[in-house]
Amino acid sequence: MSAPLTHTYRSGEVHRFDAQGQDFIYLVSAGAIFALDGAVGDVLAMLDSAEMAHADLVTALTGSGYSAADAEDLVRELRLARVIVSDQTVAAPAPAKPEGDYPLQALVLNVTNQCNLACTYCYEFGADKIATPNGKPKYMTIDTAKASVDLLLAQSGGRPAVHITFFGGETLMNFPLLRQVVAYATDQATAQGRTITFSLTTNATLLTDEIIEFLATQQIGVTVSIDGPKEMQDKRRVYKSGKGSYDVIEPKLRKLIARHRTRAITARVTLSKGVTDVVSIFRHLREDIGFHEVGFAPVTESGEQAYALGEEGMVTVLEQFHQLADEWLDYALKGRMHGFSNVSETIGELVQGTNKSHPCGAGLGLLGVGPSGDLSPCHRFTDADSHVMGHVSSGIDRKAQGEFLTKGHVGAKYECQSCWARPLCAGGCHHEAFVRYGDTGHANLHYCDWIREWTDTCLKIQGTLAVQNPEFLEKFAERKGLS
Amino acid sequence: MKHLRPINQKAKAIDESVDTQIAAMQDDVVALQQQVRPHVPMGCTLSFSPGWEVDASGGTAGLCQPVERDIYDCYVTCFWPVQVPDHVNYSPDWASNCSAAAKDWRSLDIIFP
Repeated sequence: MSAPLTHTYRSGEVHRFDAQGQDFIYLVSAGAIFALDGAVGDVLAMLDSAEMAHADLVTALTGSGYSAADAEDLVRELRLARVIVSDQTVAAPAPAKPEGDYPLQALVLNVTNQCNLACTYCYEFGADKIATPNGKPKYMTIDTAKASVDLLLAQSGGRPAVHITFFGGETLMNFPLLRQVVAYATDQATAQGRTITFSLTTNATLLTDEIIEFLATQQIGVTVSIDGPKEMQDKRRVYKSGKGSYDVIEPKLRKLIARHRTRAITARVTLSKGVTDVVSIFRHLREDIGFHEVGFAPVTESGEQAYALGEEGMVTVLEQFHQLADEWLDYALKGRMHGFSNVSETIGELVQGTNKSHPCGAGLGLLGVGPSGDLSPCHRFTDADSHVMGHVSSGIDRKAQGEFLTKGHVGAKYECQSCWARPLCAGGCHHEAFVRYGDTGHANLHYCDWIREWTDTCLKIQGTLAVQNPEFLEKFAERKGLS
Repeated sequence: MKHLRPINQKAKAIDESVDTQIAAMQDDVVALQQQVRPHVPMGCTLSFSPGWEVDASGGTAGLCQPVERDIYDCYVTCFWPVQVPDHVNYSPDWASNCSAAAKDWRSLDIIFP
């Protein structure tokens, strides 16, 4: 006869937090969030100090007033949910590398690599650029664009809906192509009984009434790169002459937002040295101009540029992020949407329990297409010889894709293995890592503390809502499911 | 689950999975693995699969059927990985004198191929 199995338990990988006097855990191996009762707290407290054998744990619990049967049930429940792990537990497998033929969901078409602005921090043209556009086409041709659409439809497996994002350079410098692509792609998708949706990113300088009308009637989502009110926008988002772009775009944005009601119009703000006044930027863009959502991200740079946000800038930014996060929660408690994307996006992932194998869809369900037809992991690698991942005429280079995804897998990033925030972060932007460390597979270590603090903040928001307005979270999940 | 309340969709999936596992365990055979063992009368066994019968003390001496009976079970179902006569090709009659294993097990004999 074999000896009975004896379990020795330790705490599983959990991040504990509280909100509104309620204790919660974020279960790192799964991305799951649970509210705890006191009994779970007792077990975790005991296991914090030392590993315990099954019998000792049960004895300790019965000593604190639980019945033997209750104690056994509690331990079993925690073991099965992997909140505590036994030396007899077989470790859950790490998220696997996706199959080589993972179906595409979206393409980013860089319809041109030309731009009418000369923003000083630009990742495509600035000091840290990785693009090598010399000798390559400056504008995408209709043949290349059609081949891209065909590739997307052919490589997207059975997905009922796919998406195309138009990007640049300045996207609207090739508006005639954009219009042709929308018509062609819609026809092709409809013929296959599938749907295709579109969005674009623009600096808004070239918007006209005609373009706005087209975007509204075709239900094309619009993201505007804008840094805030005049003094901040004009600091770095300038024409080649050095002239600021705010006065040109401001009336156009008001027209766009007044006319285009079929999709959310989003502002995307780049934070850089001196452009850190998040709250006043948000007020201006959300309340004055009228954007539906406003999202912020620090400028990508190698760590040596004068426009870098720097540690001090990050502290200011985070303080103001917290202020807007508090407002977001107040709105949510009243059942309203606030419009601060940095919270909305994170809550969207927390509501689902996202547990990422890779930081984003780049090279996975999403690819970038340069004006030449070269494929790349995403728009940020467009025209970079170092990151070509095939061509629209010859298809996806599966070897290059495999290498990129193997490197970028969260399981391949040593520093991430001990971090509780990895289910959402997975090491951060591949492009940012390449610019900073010369390796797309490097964890973005300069953001770790920041990411953990922000994730914790959003967990507390989620916890508060779970206690005080759970209906909002349910509605939010539905909304995210639809978008 | 009683002590963990799911707050997001992944947690709900875990909740359902754990509840399913716990429900399945209600009917599970735990018998001798239990730390406080159930009362088992001498001569009885709680597990009935050949090769695994043990008496209440964890041995085989107190079983009401001899462990040798296992061999017969293997012959029919190929459960126990020991060598038994090939009843398909060479020894189709090996068990012909053993119609009831509990009574006739002594009739099962060694064979020499």
